Amino acid sequence: MKAVWNGVVSRSVIWLPYLWLLIFFLAPFVMVAKLSLSEPAISIPPYNPVLTLAEGPAGWWADIKRFSLENYVFITQDSLYWRSYLSSVWIAFVSTFLALLIGYPLAYGMARAPRTLRPLLLMLVILPFWTSFLIRVYAWIGILKKEGLLNQFLLWAHVITEPLTILNTTTAVYVGIVYSYLPFMVLPLYANLERQDLTLLEAASDLGCTRTQAFWKITWPLSLPGVLAGCFLVFIPVVGEFVIPSLLGGADTLMIGRTLFDEFFLNRDWPVSSAVAVILLLILVVPIMLFQRSEARSREAAS
Amino acid sequence: MNRAWSPFNVTSVVAGFAFLYIPILLLIIYSFNESKLVTVWAGFSVKWYAAAFANEALVSAAWVTLRVALVSATAATILGTLAALALAKFTRFRGRFLFSGMVYAPLVMPEVITGLSLLLLFVAMNVDRGIETVIMAHITFSMCFVAVVVQSRLAGLDRSLEEAALDLGATPIRAFFSVTLPIIAPAVLAGWMLAFTLSLDDLVIAQFNSGPGATTLPMKIFSQVRLGVTPEINAVCTILVGLVASGVIIASVTMKRRDVRRMRAEQLAARG
Repeated sequence: MKAVWNGVVSRSVIWLPYLWLLIFFLAPFVMVAKLSLSEPAISIPPYNPVLTLAEGPAGWWADIKRFSLENYVFITQDSLYWRSYLSSVWIAFVSTFLALLIGYPLAYGMARAPRTLRPLLLMLVILPFWTSFLIRVYAWIGILKKEGLLNQFLLWAHVITEPLTILNTTTAVYVGIVYSYLPFMVLPLYANLERQDLTLLEAASDLGCTRTQAFWKITWPLSLPGVLAGCFLVFIPVVGEFVIPSLLGGADTLMIGRTLFDEFFLNRDWPVSSAVAVILLLILVVPIMLFQRSEARSREAAS
Repeated sequence: MNRAWSPFNVTSVVAGFAFLYIPILLLIIYSFNESKLVTVWAGFSVKWYAAAFANEALVSAAWVTLRVALVSATAATILGTLAALALAKFTRFRGRFLFSGMVYAPLVMPEVITGLSLLLLFVAMNVDRGIETVIMAHITFSMCFVAVVVQSRLAGLDRSLEEAALDLGATPIRAFFSVTLPIIAPAVLAGWMLAFTLSLDDLVIAQFNSGPGATTLPMKIFSQVRLGVTPEINAVCTILVGLVASGVIIASVTMKRRDVRRMRAEQLAARG
C-alpha cells in the first residue's frame, strides 16, 4: 500500500504540471484553431460557436462540415494583414541583428573583465530584465519625443538646429526593441564567451595569428551556439511584439501583434483575430522548433 | 596578452551599460520634477508621489496586481519546480517530448497568442473573466520560467546524495524535502521572484483575461500613457523599479553570504 502511494506521489511530479499545461497551454490553441474556422456574429461572445462538446460525435461531425476558411480568405485579401506579417518579420530580423551588434561587444567585454568584477557586471545585465518591460519602454517616450531629452541635448550641443521627429516612427520602435531585448541577447552570449578556453587564443597568437584573425577563426565560431540562442530569444517574441509598436511606433508602423490586438479589442472580430494568431503561430513554428533543438543540445552538452 | 581587459572591451561595456541604464535613471530623476511638463526641469519635489498615492484608481490597481502576483508566483513556483523535477528525474516517460515542448514554448511565445488563446478557453469553459482568470493565465506562463531556472540548478546536482538518503531508508518524499529541496532552494527562490516580477509586469495577457474590477497596474499605466506622459506615472514607475531592484539586490547578497558560509564550512570540513 505504501509503495503504491509513493509511486502515485512521485508520478504526480509529472502529471500535475503536465495536466496544467495540457489544459491551459495546449487546449487553448485548439480553441484558437477552432474559432478561426467559425463565423463572426453580433453577440456575446461575438462568434457563432462551431463544435460544442455537448453534442457527441455525430454532432461534432456535422459541425466539422460547417468549418469555413472564410476568415483565412479574408486575411489574404486585405493587404493590411500580410503587410503586417512581412513588416513584423522584417523589423524582428533587423532588430535581432542590431541587438547582436550591440550585445556581442558588451558580452565579450564582460567575459574578459577581471574575474572579481564579473558577477557584478552579470547582475547589472540581469537587473533591467527584472524591472518592468512597460516602464522601460515608457522611459523612452520622454527621451524621444519632440520636446524630449534627446532633442534638448542635441539642440544644446548644436548637432541639430531643428528638433528631430523620432517618437511614433519605426526608428523609435527599433530603439525600444533593441533596448528591451538586449539582456536576452547578452546573457546566452556571455555564458558562452565566459566558458571559452583562452589558451586557444594564446596558441593562435603563438602560431602567428593576429588578434582579429584569432577572433574570427576561434572565438566567433566557438560562440555560435550562444549567438544562435540569443538571436532566437530576441527574434521569436519580437515578431509578435505589441507594447513597443503601440507606445513608440507611428500609425504606419505595422506589426502583427498590434494588428491582432486592435482586431480583437477595437473591431471585436474574434474569428479573424484567431485566424491571424494561427498564421502567426505557423510563421513562428520553425524558429521555435529550432530554438527548442538548440536548447536541448546545449542541455545535453552541459550534463 | 590576450587576457588583458583591453580599452575596446572597457568602452563596449561602459557604453552598453550606459544604454541600459540612462533611460531608467532619467525616468527616476524626472519623477522628482516640480513641473507638470515631464521634460522641463523646474526644481525638486515629491508632490507627484503624493498625487500617485492619492489616486484611488492607481492604488486599487496596485493592490490587484500585488494579489495576482503573490498567488500566481507561489502556484507557479510549485508547478514549475515539479515540472523541472519531472524533466530532470524521469528521462523516459510517455509524452515527454510533448511535455518538454510545452515547458519551453511559452518562454518565447508571443504574448498576444497566449493571451488570446487563454481567453478563448475561459469563454468556452463559461468562466467569468476577473482576477482569478488573470491568476491562472499568469501561473501558466510563469511556471515555465520557474521550471527552466530550477532545472538549470538540478542539472548540476549530485544525484548520489538523494540516492544515499533512499538507501538509508528515507521515503522519496522525505528524501526530497530533506536533501534535494535545500540544495535547489536558491533556484526555487529565484524562480519565485522571477514569476512574481513577470506577473507584476504583464500587460498583454492581463488585458485579454481580466474582467471588470480586475484592472492591474500595468493595464492602468498603459491606458494613462496612451493619453500622454505624466510625472505621476513616473513616480509610480520609480516606486516599482525601486521595489524590484532592492528585492533582487537583497536576495542576491543573502545568497552570496550563504554561499560564502557554505564554502568556509566545506573548507573547515576538508581540513578537519
